[in-house]
Amino acid sequence: MSANPSLSLNLIEDIRQLTTFPFMVNALEAGTIVAVVAAVAGWYMVLRRQAFSGHTLSVMAFPGATGAALIGIPTSLGYYIACAAAALTLGGTGRARTSSRAAETAAVGTIQATGLAAGFLFLSLNHQVLGGPETLLFGTFLGISRGQVLVLLLVAAGALAALAVCARPLLLATLDRELARAGGLPVAALDVGFLLILAAAVATTSQITGALLVFALLVAPPAAAQKITIRPLPSLALSVAFALLVVWLGLGIAYFSPYPVGFWTTTLAFGLYVLAAGSRRLARG
Amino acid sequence: MSETGAVELTGAAVRLGDRQVLSQVDLRVERGEFVAVLGPNGAGKTTLMRAILGLVPLAQGRATVLGRPPAQARSRVGYLPQRHGFDRSARIRGIDFVRLGLDGTRWGLPIPITPRARQRRKAERRRIDAMIEMVGAAAYAPRAIGELSGGEQQRLLIAQALVREPEMLILDEPLDGLDIPNQVAVASLLRRIATGQRVAVVLVAHDVNPLLGYLDRVLYLANGRALAGPVDGVITAENLSNLYGAPIEVLRTRDGRLVVVGSPEAPHHHGDRHPIE
Repeated sequence: MSANPSLSLNLIEDIRQLTTFPFMVNALEAGTIVAVVAAVAGWYMVLRRQAFSGHTLSVMAFPGATGAALIGIPTSLGYYIACAAAALTLGGTGRARTSSRAAETAAVGTIQATGLAAGFLFLSLNHQVLGGPETLLFGTFLGISRGQVLVLLLVAAGALAALAVCARPLLLATLDRELARAGGLPVAALDVGFLLILAAAVATTSQITGALLVFALLVAPPAAAQKITIRPLPSLALSVAFALLVVWLGLGIAYFSPYPVGFWTTTLAFGLYVLAAGSRRLARG
Repeated sequence: MSETGAVELTGAAVRLGDRQVLSQVDLRVERGEFVAVLGPNGAGKTTLMRAILGLVPLAQGRATVLGRPPAQARSRVGYLPQRHGFDRSARIRGIDFVRLGLDGTRWGLPIPITPRARQRRKAERRRIDAMIEMVGAAAYAPRAIGELSGGEQQRLLIAQALVREPEMLILDEPLDGLDIPNQVAVASLLRRIATGQRVAVVLVAHDVNPLLGYLDRVLYLANGRALAGPVDGVITAENLSNLYGAPIEVLRTRDGRLVVVGSPEAPHHHGDRHPIE
């Protein structure tokens, strides 16, 4: 760090240090936005048992970024396009078309491999080293611009608004597809719609955590929250609180330590999940 | 309105693609009646339910449901499709699932700000509690629905269908996968609902035995044809032999259970456990 930050025992002094530099303010704002959208979209994803689909969407950041570099568009735009394309493909081949979960898993895995292969092709076509593949995979909080924060905010707001509109039908379709269909809900459209929302959340999150560490925010906080309470609203709120805690603490620790932010957020999220799982086991006796 | 039956089918026929699934089905179900639709697998039981819901058109004949064409009555009919239990991992309370019976198909988020909205929410809450109480699920409704037994889940499903206060309830194989005491308990619950709430209850089953003593009438489907009437009048060797076009025997065990022997259906996985197929 340029300012040689040092952790003191004075929390207020630490926070003042954290927010001295604009890049850190941007990082904290971007992290906050990402935490909220990841925690809410992830809550549904965990309940729907679509973590594998979520993971597949997250690795689409790789073909997205390399493809964007190839045709000369902004990297984040490449993320969004690749994730949305993958979501539509998953929606077309996944749950809506196949009856069994095994077939769905196979389709998702195949799409994931294809996406990675496309990314590899784009990379070799580029004939140049991509601007920091490590950043792509593991994220960074350095050099987030105001413009990027604004884009994250808009995409996150759109994804959250879409989730708010279909909150209850999506919950019903998640718990009981047949019942939802009998009630006249467009179940297949809800499937694809949710994957698109998830794609937006994943592409947004991966710009902070990197493609490989999206799950620290997308899975661990909601999974921990769902272990602690089975009431929908408190569990959703807890999921957001956990994600915010992970992001803020992760950014804070990374600022004062020589180790990368992705490591800290992931470790914190893992610790949280272990604590939640452990406390549930204790409560059950 | 009250003099029209809940379901009136006359000469109803259904074709799916080029296959004649049902023909010449006559059925009348009154409000407050509890009727079972029986028959072997593939006899068209589910198809008949979908016709009553207006989800498949009739090729011939007439159908009215609650005094209107089937599709127009659908919002007043509670329907529980055939299902295979909840995900074990479904970490949602039973009571929240019952609430989805009321608002699970509503878009947007409810934010009860006005006193009127708050009052409505309170009334909904009371209705949900009352239904859970009525199906006898109060003790386990606050638990995660995926962790409940099949019988407990079935009671919560019935409660979520009833919170909308439907005038008719259609259940497709609700007893499937339950043990015998639970099958009988659910049958007795449905009898109480039919009589107590003046709801017509139509239930698809492949075994009549757990329902004996609770039913008003049965509709027996086989070979695309149908026969309706009281249990003892319909399930006889003569009737079923006619329906199947092959010799059938109906035996009555000492404890009153019915066993149908010789139904010319290929053996299938339910054959051993369910005497009437």
